[in-house]
Amino acid sequence: MTSTSLPANLASAAPATSTTSQDFTPRYWLFSLPAVLVIAAVIVFPWLFTLFMSTQDWKIGGGAEFVGLGNFVELARDQRFLESMGHTAYFTILAVVLPIVFGTAAALVFHREFPFRGLLRTIFVMPMMATPVAVALVWTMMFHPQLGVLNYLLSLLGIGPSAWVYDPATVIPTLVMVEVWHWTPLVMLIVLGGLAGLPREPYESALIDGANDWHMFRHITLPLVWPFIMVAIVIRTIDALKAFDTIFVITQGGPGTASETLNIFLYLQAFQFYKIGYASSVVVIFFVIIIMLSLLLLYARQKSKWNA
Amino acid sequence: MTDSILKPTRRALLRGAAATGAGIIAAPLVLREARAQAPFNWKRFSGQSIDVLLVKNPRSELMQAAEKEFTELTGIKVSSEQVPEQQQRQKAVIEFASGKPSFDVSGISLHVQKRMAAKGKWFENLDPYIKDASLTAPDFDFADFGAGPVAYARQADGSLDTVPFFVDYWIVYYNKELFDAKGVAYPKSMDEMFTVAQKLHDPAKGIAGFVSRGLKNANVPVWTSLMLGQGSETTSPDGKLLTDTPEAIWAGELYKKLNKETGPVGSVGFNWNECQTTFMQGRAAMWLDGVGFATPLEDPSKSRIVGKVGYGITPPGPKAHHAGMFADGMGISRGSSKKEAAWLYLQFMTNKKNQIAMLKAGAGAPGRSSAYLDTETIQQSKFGKQYFDCLLGSAKIARAGLPQIVPVTEFRDVFGVGLTNMIGGADVASELKKATETFAPVLAKSEQG
Repeated sequence: MTSTSLPANLASAAPATSTTSQDFTPRYWLFSLPAVLVIAAVIVFPWLFTLFMSTQDWKIGGGAEFVGLGNFVELARDQRFLESMGHTAYFTILAVVLPIVFGTAAALVFHREFPFRGLLRTIFVMPMMATPVAVALVWTMMFHPQLGVLNYLLSLLGIGPSAWVYDPATVIPTLVMVEVWHWTPLVMLIVLGGLAGLPREPYESALIDGANDWHMFRHITLPLVWPFIMVAIVIRTIDALKAFDTIFVITQGGPGTASETLNIFLYLQAFQFYKIGYASSVVVIFFVIIIMLSLLLLYARQKSKWNA
Repeated sequence: MTDSILKPTRRALLRGAAATGAGIIAAPLVLREARAQAPFNWKRFSGQSIDVLLVKNPRSELMQAAEKEFTELTGIKVSSEQVPEQQQRQKAVIEFASGKPSFDVSGISLHVQKRMAAKGKWFENLDPYIKDASLTAPDFDFADFGAGPVAYARQADGSLDTVPFFVDYWIVYYNKELFDAKGVAYPKSMDEMFTVAQKLHDPAKGIAGFVSRGLKNANVPVWTSLMLGQGSETTSPDGKLLTDTPEAIWAGELYKKLNKETGPVGSVGFNWNECQTTFMQGRAAMWLDGVGFATPLEDPSKSRIVGKVGYGITPPGPKAHHAGMFADGMGISRGSSKKEAAWLYLQFMTNKKNQIAMLKAGAGAPGRSSAYLDTETIQQSKFGKQYFDCLLGSAKIARAGLPQIVPVTEFRDVFGVGLTNMIGGADVASELKKATETFAPVLAKSEQG
């Protein structure tokens, strides 16, 4: 083994570069100050203030009183809050799984060559471009049990009318239907991006080995495209958890409280009943749930990387 | 003569003092007389500008259209904004709570925010302004406002902090064609309303005998309007809940029967817009709701029942005959620095001419009585005489449709859920008992501090 030595100028330069990148001396702190101030003002302070508010019994127009963990204890006993957690979980699971399945299937279809593929793909992604509130208003009209077009279409197929969002039993699946229509194209685009980058060699080898379409999908396509599906799952989960506009416009959490998710519950407490302290405690719990779920999903995504 | 001035006698001095005294005493009377004869000075606050917070609706559109005329008359500039109802309420609450609202004038829903406004001292008491001849135009004629709306606007301490410019009476819209087809007459009582609805209910033809709001929160005025038929509101004058009494249960049972047995499928999720759509497409025989929906019902581009709509006063209940009343008022922010200019704005926007314009446009029922006596408006209206008779008749028997408490929205939410459950088949007494137990601590807390 021969030893090599760096020229003197390079040898002295290398450590210097290393030292510069890790120089935390106060003279450089000034450069990070703008970013620190912005983060402190728009993220850290609101969070600390929300935490503080969650320990207060404060209603707008009234006085504030320190109650410690009282709001959280009350939440644990609040039947509507507990029900809203259940509704959120039900809605989120359906609003993530269904678009992922349909979006992946659509991506596989649009990945193949066929006439008018570009045009059909453009039409398919159009729902994604629509404003959620406008979408919700249109769907509300379509859901009308007597006059809505959906029941008319069902009648053409010889199927009896549905109460859609006007029945506690069907309201959440119906709201999920709107979400699926709206956001499946996004999943399709993400997965399609993944499919476009797949290598051809594994498929050629598989064909030589006698694999059929299902085998190739199950053992080649799905594992290779899985990291992209995970990205779609993370995005959809965050979107579904924070869904508010569609639900609020179509049902306002009703009938009764049948579609009252955490967001709707939070909105009512904060902006209808003006119970800011109580609403802040809901925010804290919601934040913890989202952080835990995000960590879990990010871990899963990390594990799903090709080189993992 | 000069002598007499320089050296006045005792009698002359006494005479002079008496004359001066009489002059001082009589001066205000003379001034008042002079003011009464002089035209009212609308330009007193010329050059000022005021900010106005309005709810987005046709009445606010009319007010904004009248701003130009107001500015020409007074020299006061107006900057107004229309905000959708829910957001406007939130904005008002938050800004008034801050102590320095950004607006000088604000509209509020008396049936939701009246008690909150009193507790938070949102508005100026308007009584001194009305009494001040230098600030109030002689033709403003506050006595023209209906006794019902004025009583509704007055706070518990007697102060008047808003002008009740819009009143919403609950009436029964009915489809005359459907009634005639089955030879059924308009119900004479609330109980009969159900039997009539049963006769007209025809699910096979897609016709509901009755339609009303089933969506939580929105549905509460339906129940409270029925409860007025028992001569009972939902709270007693001393603020006790009367929501699980036999009267409340009777109204709940009627609400349940009407909606469950004679209502359209899915009415559990209906707000006023779904009810309106159902009714104006000829799919419901009766609809109990606010009086402000005549315009779309008589619009040929939207409605299939133009000219077939009957306007009926809410039928009497077993013990009383009332129409549920809801109202909007406008007041001057206590924190405003341009209160006098704001008062001129209030006067102008709620004067006789503008109140008649509101009625003419079908933008709602005015708070002034004279508007309903304007024969020209009635003759020219597309709504017909029955509509105006219904309005006047409802005004005579109007009674507050919602409790005058601070947490009205929570009240509507809690009892609204119970009412929705009733349509789903839940036991009325149990639901009302549960809702009362849930809401009682909220009400008690709202009155503390």
